[in-house]
Amino acid sequence: MTSDVAIPRADAFTLRRRPASERLLDIGFRQLSLSLAALVGVVLLAIVLTVFHGAREAMATFGLNFLTTSSWDPVNGTYGAFTAIYGTLVSSLLSLLIAVPLGVGTAIFITENLIPKVLRDAIGLMVELLAAIPSVVLGLWAIFVMEPFLRPFLNFLHQVLGWFPLFSTPAQGPGMAPAVLILVVMVLPIITAISRDALNQVPDELRQGAYGVGTTRWGALYSIILPAAVSSITGGIMLALGRAMGETMAVTMIIGNALNFSFSLLAPANTIASMLANQFGEADGIQVSALMYAALILMLLTFTVNVLAQWVVRRLSLRY
Amino acid sequence: MFFDPSLSRNRINKLCTTVAGVFATIAVLPLLLVLLYVLWNGGRLISFQLFTQLPPAPGMEGGGIGNAILGTLIVTAIATLIALPVGVGGGIYLSEYSRSGWFAQAVRFSNDVLAGVPSIISGVFVYGLIVATRVFFNQSYSAMAGGIALAVLMLPTVIKTTDEGLKLVPQELRWGAYGVGASRFVTITRVILPAAFTPIATGAVLAIARAAGETAPLIFTALFSPFWPEGIFNPIATMSVLIFNFAIMPYEAQNALAWTASFVLVVMILAANLLARWIARAARP
Repeated sequence: MTSDVAIPRADAFTLRRRPASERLLDIGFRQLSLSLAALVGVVLLAIVLTVFHGAREAMATFGLNFLTTSSWDPVNGTYGAFTAIYGTLVSSLLSLLIAVPLGVGTAIFITENLIPKVLRDAIGLMVELLAAIPSVVLGLWAIFVMEPFLRPFLNFLHQVLGWFPLFSTPAQGPGMAPAVLILVVMVLPIITAISRDALNQVPDELRQGAYGVGTTRWGALYSIILPAAVSSITGGIMLALGRAMGETMAVTMIIGNALNFSFSLLAPANTIASMLANQFGEADGIQVSALMYAALILMLLTFTVNVLAQWVVRRLSLRY
Repeated sequence: MFFDPSLSRNRINKLCTTVAGVFATIAVLPLLLVLLYVLWNGGRLISFQLFTQLPPAPGMEGGGIGNAILGTLIVTAIATLIALPVGVGGGIYLSEYSRSGWFAQAVRFSNDVLAGVPSIISGVFVYGLIVATRVFFNQSYSAMAGGIALAVLMLPTVIKTTDEGLKLVPQELRWGAYGVGASRFVTITRVILPAAFTPIATGAVLAIARAAGETAPLIFTALFSPFWPEGIFNPIATMSVLIFNFAIMPYEAQNALAWTASFVLVVMILAANLLARWIARAARP
């Protein structure tokens, strides 16, 4: 009896060995991607070493006094970064103080179903696009639009609260206060985006449970939803803090780059990043080294904040 | 059981909602104001000569920003050519070869740290490594140095999006490819990478758009030049540095050019962002 089905002959099945070229390609590709991945670590290490190497001379000359003295005097060759370190910390912390309520409030507004979805998505999109605007453009806007607009208000603050050291000088143009406000604009999208993701990840069962036992919307938010999202939100705030400390262009253009220390928020000030942006191009000799030293401090600050942010996210996350 | 709006908890509820609404309005306001001013102050000066002429000397009128537009394209292209292959390759290793080994964890940690390094530090790094040492043909400031500084900033984003994008590819695709006898290399390049094209492309476009607007790493690496680009081993003009330099000049013609450059830059970057969104949307079933 004959069958129409062709039965393959036994020798049609052969174990095909991979040709050497194919195996070589496989191994080569693996090694290539391995070395590219390792490059990240190499770059990071190279950054630290380059900055550290450049800073050695200044570290030997000024030691830890660099952190606590505020004279920045290229003529006499004495350098202290206190003004810039103080400015970095104050500007970033103050900007967070304003941006955190705004950002988290916005995130709540666009995750809970308070307004139609179209409107929520539109607000979300606009905040994300705000993050895409280059910082130098925000700086330009701050110089020509925001600062002249704000000056009467700041001067009013000075007239009313002038006895208080933070408002002891009249606002004459660039200064700490406008820099803080432009930083708010820059970190707001980060805080909003991360808070929004965190709130979206809170399981709906938690919300339903809260509403089921008869709480109001904000009762549920304060005692159920926000506590469940607090770890990611805190992590996002820390990331924003790191970003604010390293933010350069907009701040450089509006902070005034003062070399003298002043408590007043209305007076020109300085940050490490803006000092680098302003002086690095024209510096030589020990000034380059002093700037590298300041850059090293800035790196340490942002590194600490970023690592803390990751730790907070892992440590604080609630199990639900 | 009825709703009583005068209860204190309902009043607090209403108050909090209003406050959140006001906050959301304040959060949207800066974008609208910045866009408005950039469109008005920059958009009204757009003309053909803007793209074909050089910036005027201080105190002179007219001129354009042709060299800066070209320079931004060149420097961003250099950065992309470096960061994209390195980032995608590194991301492939993390996701396909070593998902949870100590090495992969170390690379991911370094990547997160690198992502947090302030942009100005990347400029300081490239200055110390390339500009001050004059490694490229004894040239100090150059478009190449600027491109490398931008690449350092782009790298973490590209690696991260590649890593996460590849992780989203279903495991069955890999098994299927191995099942029909494909090698690892063929599986990755012909099956896995195309499947993860959307997230990788989205991330890459966003990283490029971000790099195009960066200024801090370029001020003392690419520097600035009032002339047309003279090769990638010479200083080069970019729009972002032009905005910075011209914004603080006391001449109106220069200030106007800064606004115009902002307009061109913002339009380019917002277009890239919308393109990235469109890529992400188009691929969704």
